[in-house]
Amino acid sequence: MVPNRPVGIVGYGAYVPRYRLPASEVARVWAGGRDEVPVREKSVPGLDEDVVTMSIEAARHAVARANIDPRLIRAVWVGSESHPYAVKPTSTIVAEALGAVPHTQAADWEFACKAGTEALQAAIGLVGSGMARYALSIGMDTAQGRPGDALEYTAAAGGAALLVGPAEESLATLNASYSYVTDTPDFWRRAEESYPSHGDRFTGEPAYFRHISAAGQHLMDALGAKAGDYRWAVFHQPNIKFPQRVAKMLGFSAEQIAPGLLVGDIGNVYAGSCIIGLTGILDVAQPGERILMVSYGSGAGSDAFDLTVTDRIEDSRDRAPLTQDYIRRRTQIDYATYTRYRHKLKT
Amino acid sequence: MELTRHWRLHNQRYSLVGEQCDRCGARLFPPRDVCPECAEPAQELFTFSGRGQVYSYSTVYSAPEGYQEYAPYSVALVQLEEGPMVTAQLTDLGDDKPEIGMPVEMVTRRLRADGDQGVIVYGYKFRKHVKDII
Repeated sequence: MVPNRPVGIVGYGAYVPRYRLPASEVARVWAGGRDEVPVREKSVPGLDEDVVTMSIEAARHAVARANIDPRLIRAVWVGSESHPYAVKPTSTIVAEALGAVPHTQAADWEFACKAGTEALQAAIGLVGSGMARYALSIGMDTAQGRPGDALEYTAAAGGAALLVGPAEESLATLNASYSYVTDTPDFWRRAEESYPSHGDRFTGEPAYFRHISAAGQHLMDALGAKAGDYRWAVFHQPNIKFPQRVAKMLGFSAEQIAPGLLVGDIGNVYAGSCIIGLTGILDVAQPGERILMVSYGSGAGSDAFDLTVTDRIEDSRDRAPLTQDYIRRRTQIDYATYTRYRHKLKT
Repeated sequence: MELTRHWRLHNQRYSLVGEQCDRCGARLFPPRDVCPECAEPAQELFTFSGRGQVYSYSTVYSAPEGYQEYAPYSVALVQLEEGPMVTAQLTDLGDDKPEIGMPVEMVTRRLRADGDQGVIVYGYKFRKHVKDII
């Protein structure tokens, strides 16, 4: 898909909470310390953090990098599966805090881990059609993992905001995008339930690998591109192994995915997963370098994006903290503190 | 629940929107009807940078209703870069102790929630700069 007028990312911002739970702590409590763990540690939100507060911080960084008047933003869209309210938009609170109200759209998006890139596709469409000069897409989560479940090792908090605008103002221009969706029941959470359910091994081949590889390959084929044409690539990262394997399937090397592969240090941040990986790449990318990003959301689908970094990256990068700054800002907690911070204790 | 009061205050609470006096240039927070420096009534809106430093602080162990889940927490007088002093919670302290003179920046966080069914109130708190922690 290519919009009517050229667009790109004019600003980006990441957010990761300060606290970290080592996966070995989950293994200690639930598996006698014997489990092979899928990540080193995961980020845990503080008691006063949620998708609203985290989105506000990432969005402020995106606006700061773009150096624009927030009143020019015509859409604030937040993708998440952990919105604080069941009914009342996260996005209106974020838009108000940014100073983007009242002349804007605002809505919350839901598509498991690809809610953020679904919002990005829509933002590309809105700006690309000429209906808006700027549209803000956010993917942010405070993911839920049932105590003792395999997901508890990785379900983490964090995400990123991407501000879409005209290509001539962009720090990374969009070459094309593509979406690939099927009805695949690999992971879900029913209404009123606190924790999600999943299909164990079913989450692999028919779900994650099929959708990401198909979306990525279709986009590359449509553009006549090969993995070697890209400097960097980033894929949805529920654990360390899955993105490494899908990268290999598509022909990408370990070096090409290295700066965007953050899951080992922060865990799976769900709707923010691949877009925070993209911010990690933008923090080190040079003008002219090409990036492939492919998300994955259970249920299931993938969005693929082909971007080229511009000269504007140099000036905008240091207007906000780098993603690695947030990753290095870490305070380790134990499982007991984690249960308090994630409200797993009944009081 | 004082819904209207929270709604009326959300600009200043979310984004530190105060005022600047048209006459003497004083920056005011919270916004008020009359400039305390020169008694001029009309004020222009002014968004503060959110940067400042801890002037003094205290730690709350016995928290009032609505704030118990955060205890113990620290409350500080923060001297904003532009002049005014505000009272706010410090957050994201981790294992760090607050210090007088500590540079801080504003973040928007949950202040409290009105039970499980009421609204969530968001507002400013202050924390150490991200880069000062790493």
